Amino acid sequence: MSLRHLTIAAIAGAIVSTTALVAPASAQTQEGIYVPLLTYRTGAFAGSGIPIADGMHDYLTMLNERDGGIGGVPIVIEECETGYDTKRGVECYESVRAKNPVVVNPYSTGITLQLIPRAAVDRIPVLSMAYGLSASADGETFPWVFNPPVTYWDGASVFVKHIAEREGGFESLAGKTVGLLHLDAPYGREPIPVLEALAEEHGFELKLYPVAAQDMQNQGSVWLNIRRDRPDYIYLQGWGAMNPTAVREAIRTGFPIENMIGVWWAGGDEDARAGGADAAGYKALSFNGAGTDFPFIQDVITHVHDKGLSQFPRERIGDMLYNRGMYNSMLIAEAIRTAQEITGKSVVTGEDVRRGLENLNVTEERLAEMGMTGFAAPLDVTCENHSGNHDVFVAEWDGEKWTVGQDWTEPMTERVRPLILQAAQDYAAANPGWPARTETCDN
Amino acid sequence: MDLLSQIFVEPFALMVEMPDLLVQTLWEGFVSGVLYALIALGFVLIFKASGVFNFAQGIMVVFAALTLVGFYAMGVPAIGALVLAVAVMFALAWTVERVVLRPLVNQPDIILFMATFGLTYFLIGFGELVFGGEPKQMITDELMLPTGASDFEFGGGYVRIQHLDIAAAVIASIMIATLGVFFSKTRIGRALRAVADSHKAALSVGISLNQIWVIVWFAAGIVALVTGIMWGARSDVSFALQIIALKALPVLILGGFTSIPGAIVGGLIIGIGEKLGEFYWGPIIGGGIESWFAYVIALIFLLFRPQGLFGEKIIERV
Repeated sequence: MSLRHLTIAAIAGAIVSTTALVAPASAQTQEGIYVPLLTYRTGAFAGSGIPIADGMHDYLTMLNERDGGIGGVPIVIEECETGYDTKRGVECYESVRAKNPVVVNPYSTGITLQLIPRAAVDRIPVLSMAYGLSASADGETFPWVFNPPVTYWDGASVFVKHIAEREGGFESLAGKTVGLLHLDAPYGREPIPVLEALAEEHGFELKLYPVAAQDMQNQGSVWLNIRRDRPDYIYLQGWGAMNPTAVREAIRTGFPIENMIGVWWAGGDEDARAGGADAAGYKALSFNGAGTDFPFIQDVITHVHDKGLSQFPRERIGDMLYNRGMYNSMLIAEAIRTAQEITGKSVVTGEDVRRGLENLNVTEERLAEMGMTGFAAPLDVTCENHSGNHDVFVAEWDGEKWTVGQDWTEPMTERVRPLILQAAQDYAAANPGWPARTETCDN
Repeated sequence: MDLLSQIFVEPFALMVEMPDLLVQTLWEGFVSGVLYALIALGFVLIFKASGVFNFAQGIMVVFAALTLVGFYAMGVPAIGALVLAVAVMFALAWTVERVVLRPLVNQPDIILFMATFGLTYFLIGFGELVFGGEPKQMITDELMLPTGASDFEFGGGYVRIQHLDIAAAVIASIMIATLGVFFSKTRIGRALRAVADSHKAALSVGISLNQIWVIVWFAAGIVALVTGIMWGARSDVSFALQIIALKALPVLILGGFTSIPGAIVGGLIIGIGEKLGEFYWGPIIGGGIESWFAYVIALIFLLFRPQGLFGEKIIERV
């Protein structure tokens, strides 16, 4: 046999064996509840994407290993790599759509924006946990889109509340300058409307510092602008390599690090660690605990890591973003469980899980049952409010790990909610033919 | 009228009012410019030798830096890791010549250009497979690169100079000068210039095209390693760094694809120009203009010198 024939035979063999490996996975989708995870382990945003992907994957794997799935039905987990690229994310969605997913997690605001019009048509709910379009918290306009536990607008309002508290009240914010250092992308621009409204209301000046994706690691000019404007506080809405670079630049340029507060996606362990010991005092919003001191994480260690089923480094279990990925999967699992309760079916569909999400009610007792006491706050979602505008806290980096720097804080719901409803109406008006809600409400 | 004032009056008033910020901006632009020049140099070397725009130069920066950090993480001392990283870049150059370039000799330039696309995606995938996709911290202290900063009082304010930036500027300048001398004064350099002028003529006088390509790709690999160390020390070593290599495009447009002095001068003009543009004129339209302002500068220059500042004027009969 010639070398050429050997090569062809080897390639053919590889294709056959790959097909054989893939085939059982396809068959499995018939036997379980199919949950695709749109993740990114490659590309410029992998630093943030990997811990999230592993956290989501490991929690669902733990449920499979420990409980045999949800309600006795195994979860079929499939990842699709988006590279945090909207076009690839939509391709991922197209590839998983035909397999009857019960919910889709885009894990990117850009991808979420593309999937929002598709959700009602394809009857697949979109879960954009604390990201995506803030206005989609209006369940009347967006019955198929969910963004619990908080929206970016809630987060921005908690940031303003936090700095007001530090300054001695909202009246002390007058004359202050607040900078929004943000990724120049739909995600980064999300909090601008609320910050503008609050700036007008409380008399502080808002300065915007956009960072283009290609300059995430080249922020010299932006920090010169910050030095010129001398903002009193900076709200960091960055992602991927932008966050650790921002923390480093703040230290390099002498900006008081304790006055830089990140949104929850700027609060990864690696984001803060990049600044070394000088990053102590850096703050970020959060709605989940860090560390391993929770019973459910011990279950993840026992049933996933000890069995070699996780890709995540063992020494990093408990990282903020890894834990957040698990929180995301907890929401998925609770929505499925709720859907099973409502419908009486064990194998649920996308339409059932939409109802499950709309009736999500994670009480303190339920958190205790799941081994999550102190890890997260109770949460409920209603037909009208798909976010819930729940409390968040300001975590503080102590130089080595995240600590709870401030008690749970309620967003300015009374201020944010009308803006959300208005933005939802504007969205519907801007999209002629946007369907009126026909889905019945269970609560 | 307000707009005219914002464009033609206020920026210059600010320069006079806060001269410390002007000097700081110029310094930041100078450091960026030197680093852009270094990236552009990698492109120029390969373009001179083979007429190919090496799209893989950006990922070579990431790959080289990850190799260095990866060896260190395996327990190799920093200097040993540096030597091994250099060896890996040589192996890469040799492999590229054998596997990619040699089979494509005499193919149109566009074929070779597309091959560098393939090389880019191979190195991305291979790099992620070997090193993982997560950012790594550069071993700045272990490589004895200086850290910290010095503040100098100036014009009623202060200018902050990062020691790392001084090191970056000095190392990059030495690197550029060494390569400049090497390729203009040595036998290999003359051979490179001959290859750049005509592959066939160079072959006819006994110059080994394959050898030259290995040397040039290796030199571009060394440039990539130094660039990766410097950028990595300023932020992190991540796959996002390869995007910064695209900053070399306006530098090349400006300086010409075949000129080492062009890469240096172009790098400095782009580096300083984009920093001044972002700082003084960016706020007029909401900031974030740095990413495209470099191209505006390059295009303005092209209006007057279409071949770039130092590029060769090509006249073809049609």
